[in-house]
Amino acid sequence: MKDNTLIAMANQIGAFFKSYPDKEQATKDIAGHLNKFWPPVMRKKIVEIITSENFKNDDLDQMVIKAIKKYLKH
Amino acid sequence: MDDTKDFGTPKKNSEKLVTLSIDGIDISVPEGSSLMRAASEAGISVPKLCATDSLDPFGSCRLCLVEIEGRRGYPASCTTPVAEGLKVSTQTPKLEDLRRGVMELYISDHPLDCLTCATNGDCELQDMAGAVGLRDVRYGYEGENHLDSAKDETNPYFTFDPSKCIVCSRCVRACEEVQGTYALTIDGRGFESKVSAGNKDFMDSECVSCGACVQACPTATLIEKSIVDHGTPDRSVTTTCAYCGVGCSFNAELQGDKVVRMTPNKDGGANHGHSCVKGRFAWGYTTHKDRITTPMIRKSIKDPWQQATWDEAINYAASEIKRIQKKYGFDSVGAISSSRCTNEETYLMQKIVRAGFGNNNIDTCARVCHSPTGYGLKQTIGESSGTQNFDSVMKSDVIVLIGANPTDGHPVFASQMKRRLREGAKLIVIDPREIDLVKNTPHVKADFHLKLKPGTNVAIINAIAHVIATEKLMDNEFIKSRCEDEAYNYWYDFVSEERNSPETLESETGVHPETIRRAARLFATGGNGAIYYGLGVTEHSQGSTMVMGIANLAMATGNIGREGVGINPLRGQNNVQGACDMGSFPHEFPGYRHVSDLSTRALFENAWDTKLYDEPGLRIPNMLDQAISGSFKAVYCEGEDIAQSDPDTQHVTNALESMECVIVQDLFLNETAMYAHVFFPGSSFLEKNGTFTNAERRISRVRKVMAPKNGYEDWEITAMLSKALGYPMNYKHASEIMDEIAMLTPTFKGVSFDKIDELGSIQWPCNDEHPQGTPTMHVDEFVRGKGKFFITEYIPTTERVNNKYPLILTTGRILAHYNVGAQTRRTDNINWHDEDQIEIHPHDANDRGIKEGDWVGINSRAGDTVLRVKITDRVQPGVVYTTFHHPVSGANVITTDNSDWATNCPEFKVTAVQVSKVSQPSEWQKNYKNFSEKQKEFVKEDSEKVM
Repeated sequence: MKDNTLIAMANQIGAFFKSYPDKEQATKDIAGHLNKFWPPVMRKKIVEIITSENFKNDDLDQMVIKAIKKYLKH
Repeated sequence: MDDTKDFGTPKKNSEKLVTLSIDGIDISVPEGSSLMRAASEAGISVPKLCATDSLDPFGSCRLCLVEIEGRRGYPASCTTPVAEGLKVSTQTPKLEDLRRGVMELYISDHPLDCLTCATNGDCELQDMAGAVGLRDVRYGYEGENHLDSAKDETNPYFTFDPSKCIVCSRCVRACEEVQGTYALTIDGRGFESKVSAGNKDFMDSECVSCGACVQACPTATLIEKSIVDHGTPDRSVTTTCAYCGVGCSFNAELQGDKVVRMTPNKDGGANHGHSCVKGRFAWGYTTHKDRITTPMIRKSIKDPWQQATWDEAINYAASEIKRIQKKYGFDSVGAISSSRCTNEETYLMQKIVRAGFGNNNIDTCARVCHSPTGYGLKQTIGESSGTQNFDSVMKSDVIVLIGANPTDGHPVFASQMKRRLREGAKLIVIDPREIDLVKNTPHVKADFHLKLKPGTNVAIINAIAHVIATEKLMDNEFIKSRCEDEAYNYWYDFVSEERNSPETLESETGVHPETIRRAARLFATGGNGAIYYGLGVTEHSQGSTMVMGIANLAMATGNIGREGVGINPLRGQNNVQGACDMGSFPHEFPGYRHVSDLSTRALFENAWDTKLYDEPGLRIPNMLDQAISGSFKAVYCEGEDIAQSDPDTQHVTNALESMECVIVQDLFLNETAMYAHVFFPGSSFLEKNGTFTNAERRISRVRKVMAPKNGYEDWEITAMLSKALGYPMNYKHASEIMDEIAMLTPTFKGVSFDKIDELGSIQWPCNDEHPQGTPTMHVDEFVRGKGKFFITEYIPTTERVNNKYPLILTTGRILAHYNVGAQTRRTDNINWHDEDQIEIHPHDANDRGIKEGDWVGINSRAGDTVLRVKITDRVQPGVVYTTFHHPVSGANVITTDNSDWATNCPEFKVTAVQVSKVSQPSEWQKNYKNFSEKQKEFVKEDSEKVM
């Protein structure tokens, strides 16, 4: 699966949840959605993407990055 | 109640009973019933011709006259209501004389060809001649008559022979009352009176071939050509239509094992005796010459197919799956089931994946249609289904129709909706295109048409919510008692913001703010408000958000939990609801329970005697992406044609070409099968047992009316494959699969084939609490307890127009065809729609020098194709529209891989395109033509070799 496909999907998910006032809960909900619907191969890949040297921090919404780092099931 | 008995006039539902005496028999019937109905319920048949219980009484044939003690004259029993204490006689010497006189007149102008007539033995006129004792006709047969009237045989499915018409108006009334099309009328007066399809032949008229007129005709005037060709049936089996999500009940009428007619079942809970052109007539595909009935295998898609025995094909497929899993890992294979499959088949598909393959890579075609419904409704109200039954619409006061075109997509339900609209219910249409219900349906006109720009659904729903919130039109009592406080408060604050006002959002939606305000007020204050929606809601990048927005609106106005209201997803295919219920999504078991849930998994592990994987599997688009990247190598695809129905065709076919084993189970060599290595021939809906669950959660029986032409019912093929994989499934009958479903799925706990046979159909949940099923859900509380409002931020799609792609393409379907057309293209329905066309607004056509009927190229970021153009102002400037029923059209060559944020449901409804005049097919179409012809040759070569 292409990196930009996963990044776009993750950003879309982030865009839905980030409108909630409770930002910590929204962050958990983003990760919750990924844990619930993304198979391990995709979760692993998104972690690889954000931890790779080539990753540009602006590609992915900051709340999504936080959700992946803090709450994503590995 | 006996489905075949005609009570003459419709049943009345009054709780007040009236008692009267008919021919000395006392009977009590609901107030408002006709004397004819009361007599019939008492077991007394009053002769009749113009009356039938699907139509309001008309009183024209004068055959059903009765005598009433103390009253003068001979009133027609069909139009005379019962009254307390009446004493009625249906048989007296005077009545006998009168009736015989009436019949004499009818028969004096009727061909006396009963022995060679197609309805011999099945003709009400013939029956009545016998019933009244007609022995001769004093007037002779030489007078002025209609016997030389020409037949109209233009319709492919039925003939109209006016020489046999008695002008009883049943056909005209059926077209009006049952179907709501008003295509037929009585032209002329007195002796000149005749049934007319608007002075046109049937094929060129407004007739939609629903068959209601044929069903209503008491003579051989309107009759199915199949009956003319083959004669009358000798047996009948009740089953369920395999087309759209309405799920009509039909009687398959047979001679031996040959179906000669499909007639709508009067007792059908979804259709009440009505039908559409597809279910009623378009079943010929089941015996079409293209059907493949022998298994086939091949090493490469460049090779011709080789016919195989079932053992060879099953063993080859199993060995390939095992080989691939050994080489590439347990996760390298998966399966795709279809909403065309029965519940039992889809259940086994997910079972073979979870228990046989050992992963959760199972998905279904609901991925590309209603997956956002499942997600959005589960989040907000706790259950992934519509909340009502179809009959609920008859109690609606305001109907909101969003992104759906029921007169084409769900025609039988549309007829019911039209009936309610003719009774005075208000209609709000939210659609970029002017569907027929806006103003092209007789006696129906939308009160508001919110003709929004494609892709702005969420902006519209937020604008409507803004009006309701800021003008304080909510049902606060409902909200307070039935919904979560905090979530509601978030939502209220959000929608009340000025940025969600109709005025602010006008630049996005293109809809005048005052129109939105007036529509919102109507919905909130107009009485029972019901929301119906289709794929125009779900197939967007914010499909799930929009479904939640709809649920928000229903909760905010208290329009949920009783008849006449609710959230009503109109499902495209017959078993979309069922396929989703059966655990066809990769993250959940049957009954919408996540695979990570320990107790659920333990339940299934115990029942299936195997360890199950606790992580979600790949969705269809994930499978395709992984195939292209090299880690997904085999797919077992039953009843689904992803190479035609899924977006970005070239991406799909590239993915299929990347796999080492594609197994297709289908009736025909469909587009996906052209990329397959194993072909399992499937059985049609007439050849198997099972159940379908329609859009109103109604579980209905599919009954085997003939032996499978391929040798096996589809569920048996899956079971054979599973056994070859080393995971035996030991079912002897489809009913045993349903028993297992009921054992493992709380909402199906009380369901069994026996119970469905007893009740006719069952709407789930069917359990200890609701042993007869549940027509209306969420009555006292939501399935999740309290309803939950969600913030629905409008996020414009990334699929934007620009100078290169200045138009938005949106897609839909038409009445004559079903989905990818694999079935309907192989019937005479092809006469109504033999090619997909692109609709374009006159301004856009003029700008491009395009004229009606020109070939135009449609280019998008994904690809290009060529279609013939139709210029119409049904679409707004800047928007073009097409259907996707013919593979050569390549409609999905141009759709992109954009998808819904929550479910990956493709954004079929929004593709930025350019349209320009061209003189030849696209490169893709040329390549497709060559490829598909070659693949068809590969089948023929093998057939010739073996046979």
